[in-house]
Amino acid sequence: MAKVKGAIVIDYEKCKGCVICVAACPTSVIEMAKEVNSKGYNYAYPANIEECTGCNNCAIVCPDGVITVYRAKVEA
Amino acid sequence: MARELKLMKGNEAIAEAAIRAGADAYFGYPITPQSEVIEYLMAEKPHERTGKVVLQAESEVAAINMVYGAAGAGKRVWTSSSSPGISLKQEGISYIAGAELPCVILNVVRGGPGLGTIQPSQADYFQSVKGGGHGDYRLIVLAPSSVQEMADYVVDAFDLAFKYRNPVLILSDGVIGQMMEKVYLIEQRPRLTDEEIKQRYAWATTGKKDGTERRVITSLALKADEMEAHNIHLQKKYAEIEANEVRFEEFQCDDAEYVFVAYGSSARVCQKAVQLARNKGIKAGLLRLITLFPFPKAEIGRLTGQVKGMLAVEMSSGQMIEDVKLAVNGRIKAEHFGRFGGNIPTPDEVLYALETQIIGG
Amino acid sequence: MLAKDIIKPENLVYQKTKLMTDNVLSYCPGCGHGTAHRITMEVLEEMGIGDETIGVAPVGCSVLAYEFMNIDMQQAAHGRAPAVATGIKRCYPEKFVFTYQGDGDLAAIGTAETIHACNRGENITIIFVNNGIYGMTGGQMAPTTLPGMRSSTSPYGRDVNLMGNPLKMTELVAQLPGTSFVSRQAVHTPKHVRKAKKAIRQAFELQKQKKGTTFVEIVSNCNSGWKMTPVQANQWMEENMFPFYPLGDIKVPE
Repeated sequence: MAKVKGAIVIDYEKCKGCVICVAACPTSVIEMAKEVNSKGYNYAYPANIEECTGCNNCAIVCPDGVITVYRAKVEA
Repeated sequence: MARELKLMKGNEAIAEAAIRAGADAYFGYPITPQSEVIEYLMAEKPHERTGKVVLQAESEVAAINMVYGAAGAGKRVWTSSSSPGISLKQEGISYIAGAELPCVILNVVRGGPGLGTIQPSQADYFQSVKGGGHGDYRLIVLAPSSVQEMADYVVDAFDLAFKYRNPVLILSDGVIGQMMEKVYLIEQRPRLTDEEIKQRYAWATTGKKDGTERRVITSLALKADEMEAHNIHLQKKYAEIEANEVRFEEFQCDDAEYVFVAYGSSARVCQKAVQLARNKGIKAGLLRLITLFPFPKAEIGRLTGQVKGMLAVEMSSGQMIEDVKLAVNGRIKAEHFGRFGGNIPTPDEVLYALETQIIGG
Repeated sequence: MLAKDIIKPENLVYQKTKLMTDNVLSYCPGCGHGTAHRITMEVLEEMGIGDETIGVAPVGCSVLAYEFMNIDMQQAAHGRAPAVATGIKRCYPEKFVFTYQGDGDLAAIGTAETIHACNRGENITIIFVNNGIYGMTGGQMAPTTLPGMRSSTSPYGRDVNLMGNPLKMTELVAQLPGTSFVSRQAVHTPKHVRKAKKAIRQAFELQKQKKGTTFVEIVSNCNSGWKMTPVQANQWMEENMFPFYPLGDIKVPE
């Protein structure tokens, strides 16, 4: 059976670390980095990317539009 | 070609002339003594004649901001009001000057300050030529002194506004706005099409063109260096206007020993005073200012080498006199005479002022 | 399948619209303005009208909206955006024109311009972002500040006897015959973003049909002004703002 798998790319430099995407992700893909970007924000990163379904939720609530989403069908 | 001749009020003549000049829009709000402008436009249905938009706004504040929007989209747009209403428009005028938008504003001046009176006045000179709104900006200011000039200057005003991307103020008064005279009207000029506007005015926000940068109309620059650079650019433009656009008219100045300096309806009174003076053997002349900004400094300077004294005649307690004195620079005597608060000086009063303040003073 | 195998152009499902510029947004972390900007631009892109639209930016936090929205824009004086939009739209009835205004701009200094543009039924779209505070100037009381809510000019909470009541502009303009579509939305969760975008789409579709003024309020957060984290602010908004400013369509075309 075909399964949908997703992936996200976050522009770490433009992320302001607001954490809203973390709350929006249904599969707990995103976590906040312990490191900061050059603006001093703890940026969001896809810590558990294997759980991503490519649902877009994180990207559409990101106020700064820094998340790009990909999705592909994979054979189980 | 013979031009059409009509008998009209100044306020009506300027409204008709603006339609014929190819104006695209008028936004206004009623106030005495200039309500005939919008009344005439509404009655004439320019939206049917030429497609010109006419809208009565909810306030002078809204009207001038409608002007900002339409001007920012490249349209030939104008508004009119009288003194208290022009005060309300100052915020918008400052934004328009800052954003470098072309438009025409008519002020049919009445007596102030405050609610003042509905009778004619020239007490808005400072407001017109020194700023009015906030910031370092200048308006081009034209002062008609007849119904014919109300019609003629609105045509010139649109041309100047677009030549310099700067608001042009027509500084009239209750006399010129309300009186009826014959007026020759120009033939109808076609309005520019939207396509012509897009081609001609690359700065206008008419919708982003494919493959080009978006256009932004703004007067904001958060960085001081950018704001200073913009101000330097504006000052260069104003200097260019001062070099190229000074307009005045001289009446019996060739052999004059004394000149009146006046504009608008005061200039009409002074013209009669010149005749009365000449009848008494006084060699008087009149320098009638057409542009108040740019101010004819050089011509006044030249006249100081010829005449013995100047009398600035204004329907105010003395505003233009400050610019006259700056141009005279102490070389000859220059004084002010005015009636104000809605009163108009008589030629006799003006002559008496010349005799007592300048000749005998 | 590894993430690097999925991240390929043919698998792209969402990226920032080209009608947003690449400038870094000047808004605080978590501020709803960015999302409201983006979905407005997504609607223009999906309708294919980005080149025929002129936007009007206000005074307030979104004064620089023209730095982010990649379309022709005019910046208006404080509160005057509906008048500026009227001037543009009356001269270009076939173009799309919208204002983007905050609550200080639209509901205080620009009340007259807003009500009269709506009452004339100007064929424009008004996007109204309401976060109950003046964000730009540092968290002062807005016309929409809730009763009892603290701000820098109501430091002990808004006392309605002293400071007046919050103004529900959206309900007010819904009364006017000139408006055809009036809706109140939010953009803090994916579900709300989708609904808000749908409302904005409907607003522009109705503008296309020349149905009069369309008005979409977005109840949003101001975590800096409210002195909360973005996540706390969104929770506070749900608990306090939504009961006073209930979400949903207030007026829809018959």
